Amino acid sequence: MLKFFEFPKSLKNTRFHYCPGCHHSIAHRLLCEVIDELGIQDKSLGIASIGCSCFLYFYIDVDIVEAPHGRACAAATGAKRARPDLVVFTYQGDGDFASIGFNESFHTALRGEKITAIMINNTVYGMTGGQASPTTVPGQKTTTTPEGKDPQYLGYPPKIAEILATLESVAFSARVALNTPKRIIDARKAIKNAFLAQINNLGFGYVEILSACPINWKMDPVSANKHIDKLTEIFPLGIFKDKVSESLKSKKGD
Amino acid sequence: MKLELIISGFGGQGVLFAGNLIAQASMIANYNVTYLPVYGPEMRGGTCNCTVIISKKSIASPIVARPSFLIIMNYPSFIKFVPKLKKAGSAIINSDFVKPENIEDFEKLEKKYKFYFIPVSSLAESLNTPLLANLCAIGAFYQITKVFNRKQFEKALKEILSKGKAHLFEPNLKAFELGAQYIKKNYKI
Amino acid sequence: MKTKKILVKGVEAIALGALEAECKCYFGYPITPQNDIPEFMARELPKRGGVFLQAESELAAINMLLGACATGTRAMTTSSSPGISLMCEGFSYIAALELPAVIVNVMRGGPGLGGIEASQGDYFQAVKGSGHGDFHFLVLAPYNAQEAYELTAKAFELAEKYRNPIMILSDAILGQMKEPLVLKKLKIKKYPKDDWALTGAKGRPSRFLRSLFLDAQELKEMNIKLMKKYKAMQKDIKFESDISEEDNIIVVAFGSIARIAKEAVNNLREKGYSVGYFRPITLFPFPEKPIKKIIEKAKKPLKFIVPELNCGQMIEDVRLAVEGRASVISLPYPPSVIPFPEEIEKEIKKCLNSLSSRKV
Repeated sequence: MLKFFEFPKSLKNTRFHYCPGCHHSIAHRLLCEVIDELGIQDKSLGIASIGCSCFLYFYIDVDIVEAPHGRACAAATGAKRARPDLVVFTYQGDGDFASIGFNESFHTALRGEKITAIMINNTVYGMTGGQASPTTVPGQKTTTTPEGKDPQYLGYPPKIAEILATLESVAFSARVALNTPKRIIDARKAIKNAFLAQINNLGFGYVEILSACPINWKMDPVSANKHIDKLTEIFPLGIFKDKVSESLKSKKGD
Repeated sequence: MKLELIISGFGGQGVLFAGNLIAQASMIANYNVTYLPVYGPEMRGGTCNCTVIISKKSIASPIVARPSFLIIMNYPSFIKFVPKLKKAGSAIINSDFVKPENIEDFEKLEKKYKFYFIPVSSLAESLNTPLLANLCAIGAFYQITKVFNRKQFEKALKEILSKGKAHLFEPNLKAFELGAQYIKKNYKI
Repeated sequence: MKTKKILVKGVEAIALGALEAECKCYFGYPITPQNDIPEFMARELPKRGGVFLQAESELAAINMLLGACATGTRAMTTSSSPGISLMCEGFSYIAALELPAVIVNVMRGGPGLGGIEASQGDYFQAVKGSGHGDFHFLVLAPYNAQEAYELTAKAFELAEKYRNPIMILSDAILGQMKEPLVLKKLKIKKYPKDDWALTGAKGRPSRFLRSLFLDAQELKEMNIKLMKKYKAMQKDIKFESDISEEDNIIVVAFGSIARIAKEAVNNLREKGYSVGYFRPITLFPFPEKPIKKIIEKAKKPLKFIVPELNCGQMIEDVRLAVEGRASVISLPYPPSVIPFPEEIEKEIKKCLNSLSSRKV
């Protein structure tokens, strides 16, 4: 019998703790599908971060170590430098990657560490109860911007995927979303390329995933899913850097 | 035997190099040694000094309040360290920068201590290597103390001059010899 | 083969010790007065197939160390006081994850930016836990180049033995001073890591290292496990002691000032005074039992004098060990004032005089 769809091998058969309508679970699944497709389950090392996804190790069936808040990319650097044969990835939120850990994230990209970083951008601190993060959009109400985020006071959200794309040693940088089937397929491709960036020794691979957080957005799952479309006006979807496809093409050409 | 040496001069007179070299040669001569440079702001331009302790027994403190031997490369160092010299201590003094006639109560000091005046700066200049006044002073130190022998000194010098500086070996050795000869000629040891 | 004797700075001795223990990765950020270590490692580690990486901050360096150690690789970082403060977050995580990391602090003057002179102002930070939660380093305090070499190498073994971060606590004097070092071949034991290291789940189930325990019972068990480990470290207590039963003054000092204190004690003994000398080499665990034994064996009432290059920190551990059975006197020397042996001698004599006057 031909199977088109099966449970990913590297996804543990555990019930997710995520809230209804949260996109973490889809992202987890895509990550596992890519790990399976690339056949890297037994040589992967994941770096869990602090945020809703801190329990990564309960779901993803690979070796995982937990890093302090924001320091996942630094820990990934150490692991990869110590063991270049491993496939090392981080899985972080926007607060972790772009706020407290921005320096570590940026410099890891700057050095072109052969790691893959996945950043879940849901524009809030989810785990701590919906406080404003750097990627909180103008006007967005959070528990620490009760009147809505005033950009005159707090600035505008950073476009991390575009910023990282400007760095010479970043091999892949993309922003994807998970609110439609097509976008999910695109996201899977992007995650795969972000892994191929490290596997082919091309440089730092980065995927930013716009992700719904219905609870902290005070929305039902369906509205939250729709709201992602609005976010794409501020955080455009797309591939901003892709040395991977170039490299694969030239390899095929040879 | 225990010798507590302080070398002091302007930054740039090779004070730290000299301390390091004496320590290295003394180690080769099978002594226990410590070499403690004073570092920090004093390193640039100001008075620069280091402490070298050479001893048959193991050395506890690397610093001394009262040294038994001094190498004085300039006048401020004379003022700073000679009053701290141990009873009957010795000092090699750069006579190009420190003149007995400029020193208060020189006769008194001379009775208390053994001074060796040697124009290390002009000796080094006479060899066209003005930067090697420190080596002339080490030559004098060798001639006076004989803590290490010539062979041991040469070995130390070779070890300290890294690969890129091997061509400096001969000039350094010449300055060393000139310093040693000056003491031999002018002082009874 | 004849063992080589070389004249090296204390910081170079530390680096050589790490190489002797086959340290494979070094991560660090520049700060005076320990820069000779990263500079040495930048030259030497790549030659031996190792990794040298200058991090963007101490914060990054300590987490790079965390990542490298999680893979079971021998790795280290070095810094000086303000840089160590930045690493404190990482220390807590490394201890919680039970990673065998080696951290060197070449102490300088503080607080704040302080200065670059020698200091022992980070004793509390090193010994009492420099981060949140109940955790400890095993702290080793060398006092000369030979010990710096041997203890640093040993630190890698102890780190693996206890799966715990080890701190080498040195200072600017020990770091910048040159001394002969005998490059002995050392026997540094390697402990198996295949039951915990994250090396990719090949031929075994995947595993993870975490410090988050939202289940209160699990967190308690974790803490008790660590507590037991810290108790077990008592077996590796190290100290140097030169005490006779006749002594009524015991000078207790560690690191660079222990050398100056030792000189003072030796001088006094030559003059016929009964003065003893005790030097803790492991600062955590603190050699409490040996101090208690000294008190038990003493024929006269004892006074402990604790000179430190700070305002009085280790004295608290001496007091805890003494348990009120002897008086303990602090000789504080805050940064920049490094006492000559004669000054310590004078202070010891003062105490001796007060002892004899009490008898009258």
